[in-house]
Amino acid sequence: MVQSLNRLKESPSQTAGPYVHIGLTPNFSGISGVIARDLGDEMVNDKTLGERIAIRARVLDGTGTPLKDALVEIWQADSAGLYNSPTEIRGTADPNFTGWGRKATDMTTGECLFQSIKPGRVPYKPGVLMAPHVSFWIVARGINLGLNTRMYFADEEAANAEDPVLARIEHRVRVPTLIAERQGDAYVFDIHLQGEKETVFFDI
Amino acid sequence: MSAETKHPPEIGAFFQRDRSWHPRGLTPDYKTSVLRSPEKALLSLDNTISEITGPVFGHGILGALDNDLIHNFAKPGESAIGERIIVYGRVLDERGNGVPGALLEFWQANAGGRYRHKKEGYIAALDPNFGGCGRTITDEDGAYAFRTIRPGAYPWPNGVNDWRPAHIHFSVFGHGFAQRLITQMYFEGDPMIWQCPIVRTIPDKAAVEMLVAALDMQATIPMDARAYKFDIVLRGRRSSVFENRLEGN
Repeated sequence: MVQSLNRLKESPSQTAGPYVHIGLTPNFSGISGVIARDLGDEMVNDKTLGERIAIRARVLDGTGTPLKDALVEIWQADSAGLYNSPTEIRGTADPNFTGWGRKATDMTTGECLFQSIKPGRVPYKPGVLMAPHVSFWIVARGINLGLNTRMYFADEEAANAEDPVLARIEHRVRVPTLIAERQGDAYVFDIHLQGEKETVFFDI
Repeated sequence: MSAETKHPPEIGAFFQRDRSWHPRGLTPDYKTSVLRSPEKALLSLDNTISEITGPVFGHGILGALDNDLIHNFAKPGESAIGERIIVYGRVLDERGNGVPGALLEFWQANAGGRYRHKKEGYIAALDPNFGGCGRTITDEDGAYAFRTIRPGAYPWPNGVNDWRPAHIHFSVFGHGFAQRLITQMYFEGDPMIWQCPIVRTIPDKAAVEMLVAALDMQATIPMDARAYKFDIVLRGRRSSVFENRLEGN
């Protein structure tokens, strides 16, 4: 016998279920008067620095049908490439930008809309920058453990070409699944859970 | 935004998730998972600063009744119908340290198993004094508590006669986006636990048992509410500050 490592196991995940909105976006689900405003509803204010963008995201199942009961959270750096987090040690992020947003997909269209800013670049390791990106976390009925992916920007071709995470995708045909095209004032990001167009998901 | 802590924040990468301990994506007895699970392998990514960081919420976001589901939707002077309980515990990391400043959000059905949600059509009645959502933030030791009523079991369209055990959904934030977790709490002694296709997405019995809250008569308040203890473990993080020298970039 050897000594115990004295570690605990992580609590196992369970699906968020079809009624995730009750807990995480109660006002969206029709429960008013408990909390004033759904958390993560607003990422920016009048003073937020950087280029305003909208992100229109959908989550599609293996038949191409949009999920109308998914919940999507995003996390991103501010316009200078700093995260609004106590574990950000490189500087102080823009106090007028939360960096974190949360939306339920629309119960009719399956779309969710984030009003945000274009993130700056952040380091992969010293001397190596990643391309601007937004981290996504997706939960829903039928998803047993939240799925992690990233959205990159189609108009950042040069940065995307040298991004060390995108570079690790062996099957180059799958790289475009992480790149959002600009349509009008919005970046459009379709997340395919399964099938030929399956989005690259990460074990982070 | 940050919680008050005595030590500078730890900034190491998180321990790799044990994906054989968690449910797999494809668990066909839980039918909805069949078309909602990736078929291709996940791309492993040792944490960058994008995963190590995450939002942290201050106690200032909380309202006075956010952790009291018996009253936070009730009309003045009234309260929700059902078995009054306290759910308490700690949020820990895999190294056994308490996680302070962790935001917990929870949601559940009422005592009859009915959710307050427009897509829910179960014949059991709504309780006019019960909304079913709440939230709290852990203290400096990682401890939390809230009051609620014990939810009922309810049927769902999976098999023709599948019923969920009584459960409370939990959403947990640690300090990094990679710690994000949603899970469900079950109740000690409920015979429905071991029948449930969603519980059974978890391959290991010991992992299921981590989600079963223990009845705690010592923490019970006589003539008021019984107590259940439910600890939650989030991913631990590597402690070395040397391997993550991101400054200067």
